[in-house]
Amino acid sequence: MQKISRYLFFIVLFSFFASQSSFAKENKIDLDLKEFIFGHLEDSYEWHITNIGDKRISIPLPVILHSKQTGWHLFLSSQFRKNNGTYKGFSIAPKGSNYEGKIIEYDASGIEIRPLDLSFTKTACSVFINGILLIVIILSVAHWYKSSNHVEAPKGFVGFMEMFITALVNDIIKPTIGDNYRKFTPFLLTLFFFILLNNIMGLIPIFPGGANVTGNISITFVLAFCSFIAINVFGSRAYWKGIIWPDVPIWMKAPPFPILPIIEFFGIFIKPFALMIRLFANIFAGHTIILVLSSLIFITATLGFAINAGMAIVSILFSVFMLFLELLVAFIQAYIFTMLSSMFIGFAQEKK
Amino acid sequence: MLLLVLLQAVVKAEIYRLGATISAGIIAFAASFGISKIGTQAINATARQPEAANDIRTTMIVSAALIEGVSLFGVIVCLMAFFF
Repeated sequence: MQKISRYLFFIVLFSFFASQSSFAKENKIDLDLKEFIFGHLEDSYEWHITNIGDKRISIPLPVILHSKQTGWHLFLSSQFRKNNGTYKGFSIAPKGSNYEGKIIEYDASGIEIRPLDLSFTKTACSVFINGILLIVIILSVAHWYKSSNHVEAPKGFVGFMEMFITALVNDIIKPTIGDNYRKFTPFLLTLFFFILLNNIMGLIPIFPGGANVTGNISITFVLAFCSFIAINVFGSRAYWKGIIWPDVPIWMKAPPFPILPIIEFFGIFIKPFALMIRLFANIFAGHTIILVLSSLIFITATLGFAINAGMAIVSILFSVFMLFLELLVAFIQAYIFTMLSSMFIGFAQEKK
Repeated sequence: MLLLVLLQAVVKAEIYRLGATISAGIIAFAASFGISKIGTQAINATARQPEAANDIRTTMIVSAALIEGVSLFGVIVCLMAFFF
């Protein structure tokens, strides 16, 4: 009986693939691969959840614009779906223009110009949602320590977070920064948990997750910029002396060709730049691979039952493997970003 | 004259795609070569001194992630060549 039910399960599963393949062939459904993949990786003015049949289900997000001609505007992005794409003179730029996908308006001579765009886009909305989630998680853990004087060690989730945070502080932050590590601990721990939570939420396919936050170079730029400020604004005198007039032979730092000071000066900018690109590229590449593997099923949908079923099995296996790998990458990238930031801060805090 | 015709053929045949894909393959090969060296040395070091296994594992993962960061610099350049 168990063997029959096992075979029945697989037969039912394959019959889904057969119906899908014949349906796709009849209706000549064409998959626009580029639009599918970039639609999931890029920012947008609405949060698209799914298409049921022909109906498109998405959450409209507020659009906040300031145009030099007509002043401030605030409206929901669902206005762009009515009235064939224009609303009060604003429209989303079509394919082929410089500002493809962004809101533009036309000035008196018909040229496209971009108004000041402070919209609450999908990435911004996701940053807010993940930020609120992070605040709720961390503050609920911190609350345990404030409420009544506990003698025993915490258990459960609070215990896990305590283990995690003390491991971070004792293994990364304290050894690399040295004596005044407590000044930088809030920033570094926030950095770690923010990047970790956003990486993980980027892997969840449905609503609150699924927005490509850390795979967006603007977000990683801001994170790297915060590290840049933490490294350089609080740098010690010895740090700046080591950049402008290091302890090397005179011919390497004297005015006609001050080789080492120039190299060190570029190093100030290249280190956070590498942090930014490393996080962005890892997460972006991971999301791209998962999307491509998932779309293998749809690409082969019109090619017949056998190929489609085979590709579906391959795609499912690879996707599951890649998702596990992406979980590991999410944690490792957060760890590396925090570790390198604290190492650079430690270098800048050296007293001699 | 011939060069002009050749250049036009190259652009029309989208050979930049060939360049981008071959570069991506070279990057994958280079990154895996570098990281395999780290893995080998980590295994050797753990075999020599099993008590240090945790420290060695941490160092290995950190070095692997740094090398992967550099390889993904190259992947970004390939993506840009492909789509822009």
